[in-house]
Amino acid sequence: MRVKALETLLVEKGLVDPAALDEIIDTYQNRIGPKNGAIVVAKAWCDPAFRSALLTNGTKAVSDLGFYGRQGEHITIVENTPEQHNMVVCTLCSCYPWPLLGIPPSWYKSDAYRARAVRDPRAVLAEFAVTLPEGQAVRVWDSTAEMRYLVLPMRPKGTEGWSQEMLAELVTRDSMVGTGLPKSP
Amino acid sequence: MDKPVFSEPWHAQLFAVTVHLSETGLFGWPEWTELFGRVLKEHGHEKSLDGGDDYFQAWLEALELMLENKNSAKASEIEQLVAAWRGAYLRTPHGEPVRL
Repeated sequence: MRVKALETLLVEKGLVDPAALDEIIDTYQNRIGPKNGAIVVAKAWCDPAFRSALLTNGTKAVSDLGFYGRQGEHITIVENTPEQHNMVVCTLCSCYPWPLLGIPPSWYKSDAYRARAVRDPRAVLAEFAVTLPEGQAVRVWDSTAEMRYLVLPMRPKGTEGWSQEMLAELVTRDSMVGTGLPKSP
Repeated sequence: MDKPVFSEPWHAQLFAVTVHLSETGLFGWPEWTELFGRVLKEHGHEKSLDGGDDYFQAWLEALELMLENKNSAKASEIEQLVAAWRGAYLRTPHGEPVRL
């Protein structure tokens, strides 16, 4: 009710346009989500030139695919390798690459995740049922309003010759935040 | 199945109002995240937030603070409308749309 009151007040003051609010909600509820990020990841797995462009200038490479807009102004893609696993957090609030992943899930916004991802990433990963090989380091990236991150997971083995569309099905939201791995074929 | 993006309609409403105000230039997003981050931290001292309702409660408080800072809406004005809406809910027969 308080939000309703606030909205009424702002509409009365001419600060808020109700149609614009509906458009914003529809966008994030129905149109933008992790499927966008999955397209980017699958393309990077199939197309070496795109992969290299993506790692050099993530913002430009994803906006060339049509993924840009709010909270997508500065995106860095961090690539998982056998030596390094990447994981993304926002310790301040919940900065997240909206154009690629939509709105973050509750756990990303929780104190438990925000506080512990940096301090003890392996323990957090274990809670997500992710166990990494001994030799693979974990690097945690702290998002801000100025810079957001997307993890480029490693392409699952046994997917040689797969189409980009089939590969995209394996890419989960969590695998792009670094709290999961892509599905196995 | 993934959970809905917003678990409560008011979360979605609040989110949209904030994004819209930022886009129309009332405040910048970095300015917002700084203030919101501070309020979240304060709320987190009392109990560990689970990222659901409690997260958006902090969000609402931060937005009201921002509006107060920008002289866009005072707490007293919001209170008045809360009371008006509460009255409207109580007056409206079940099943009919609630109007002020």
